[in-house]
Amino acid sequence: MTLKRTPFFVCHQSHGAKLIDFGGWEMPVQYVGIMAEHQAVRESVGLFDVSHMGEVMVRGLGACESLNSMLSNDVRTVDIGSSQYSAILNESGGIVDDVFVYRLGQNEYLVCVNASNRQKDAAWIMDHNPDPAGAVVVDESDSWAQIAIQGRNGEAVAQKLTSVDLSSMGRGAIAAGKFAGVEGCLIARTGYTGEDGFEVFVPSEEATPVWDRVLDAGAEFSIKPIGLGARDTLRLEVKNVLYGNDISDDTTPLEACLRWITKLDKGEFRGREPLVAQREAGLQRRLVGLVVEKRIARQHCAILSADGQIIGEVTSGTRSPTLGTNIAMGYVAKGFGRPGTELIVDIRGRQAKAVVVKGAFYKRDY
Amino acid sequence: MNCPEELKYTSEHEWLRIDGGVVTVGITDHAQDALGDIVFADLPEVGDSFTSGETGGELESVKAVSDVYMPVSGEVIEINEALDGEEGTINSDPYGAGWLFKIKLSDPSEIDSLMSAGDYEATL
Repeated sequence: MTLKRTPFFVCHQSHGAKLIDFGGWEMPVQYVGIMAEHQAVRESVGLFDVSHMGEVMVRGLGACESLNSMLSNDVRTVDIGSSQYSAILNESGGIVDDVFVYRLGQNEYLVCVNASNRQKDAAWIMDHNPDPAGAVVVDESDSWAQIAIQGRNGEAVAQKLTSVDLSSMGRGAIAAGKFAGVEGCLIARTGYTGEDGFEVFVPSEEATPVWDRVLDAGAEFSIKPIGLGARDTLRLEVKNVLYGNDISDDTTPLEACLRWITKLDKGEFRGREPLVAQREAGLQRRLVGLVVEKRIARQHCAILSADGQIIGEVTSGTRSPTLGTNIAMGYVAKGFGRPGTELIVDIRGRQAKAVVVKGAFYKRDY
Repeated sequence: MNCPEELKYTSEHEWLRIDGGVVTVGITDHAQDALGDIVFADLPEVGDSFTSGETGGELESVKAVSDVYMPVSGEVIEINEALDGEEGTINSDPYGAGWLFKIKLSDPSEIDSLMSAGDYEATL
């Protein structure tokens, strides 16, 4: 299969990026190194190509109600020009995808979906749409490129490239406008890195020059292009889940600590019933954060209780560039999720001590 | 990629600096670049004896883990203690301060099967 390329592919090549296959896309995993790129985002600002993400538009008088019947969070509470993290659930309450829902107008929503799930999601939304006449679903992924400008200097960089007043945009806000010389962009104050910053949807046909314009605008802040490697370490430090690693069709949002985006009391929605039952029965496992001694615990490493019983599995793990410790996420059985619980991770046949920690590994106030 | 002429090389992307009966071993510039930022080095113990080709340790980067193979047979007589907590030295100076360990050769004839810099570069 030929790998797909984003409008910024030529930019990645000219920056000497290492390229990998990510969900069928030929994407940069790193430019100079994960550590340096990670640090640039935590300390100043970085530029990411996230054009592989999918954009599914839902428009019409029935858009809100239709989406609300297919999403775990309460779409009715999203104001025009704001956004909401949410999940699409299957009949068993498992996660089809985690998505960001932006409300662009009275009856217009953009659902930003994971690259690897784009076709599954678009088909799912069309197949389960209760009101196809009132809520028209269009997969516009090919029409949109997307960049992320993340870090404490993200606003200063982005503001040089648009007349939209970014300082008036709160976390999660989205506004339409011209960006870096391109009309018809959507500028959102969202991101995956745990830092302040913006994600900008750019019409894909005109997107390519935007990359260098952002780098030029950010030169005074030493902006760096950031690959998917650092995107992963950045999101892991703030305990943002990654679909395919930490969540899947077989995990529920309750198990994955996504209760806060699961409004069981909002009324009927797809996947609600099994979650109500799960809540009443009590969770048999849950996703926790772990700090692991010495080695990096990676996906699929077994998690053991202190007395050697297998009680779970690691779903993501890395060395935290900011903290210098080894951090991981994984599911553990009931009774082993309390912060401070001492566990063991089997890393390629060697046992490493681990301890359950509460909340994000790293948190910035913004 | 940088491959100093005075060193010998293996297909496992290790280099050897031969000084009489003692060899210093490290990984090549190509290997450190492929691994990315190295954060953990599990090195053999001083006094351990190995046969050529055996696994003697592992290097771990943010993204990957790689075994370290013993390029020649012999006894480990020194490891690079300075790498502890400073594993990034392997990335920044792979042929110098980023060396891994020293082996006292048990079979000097094994040196003959190692590659020259030119031969190694041709494999990349």
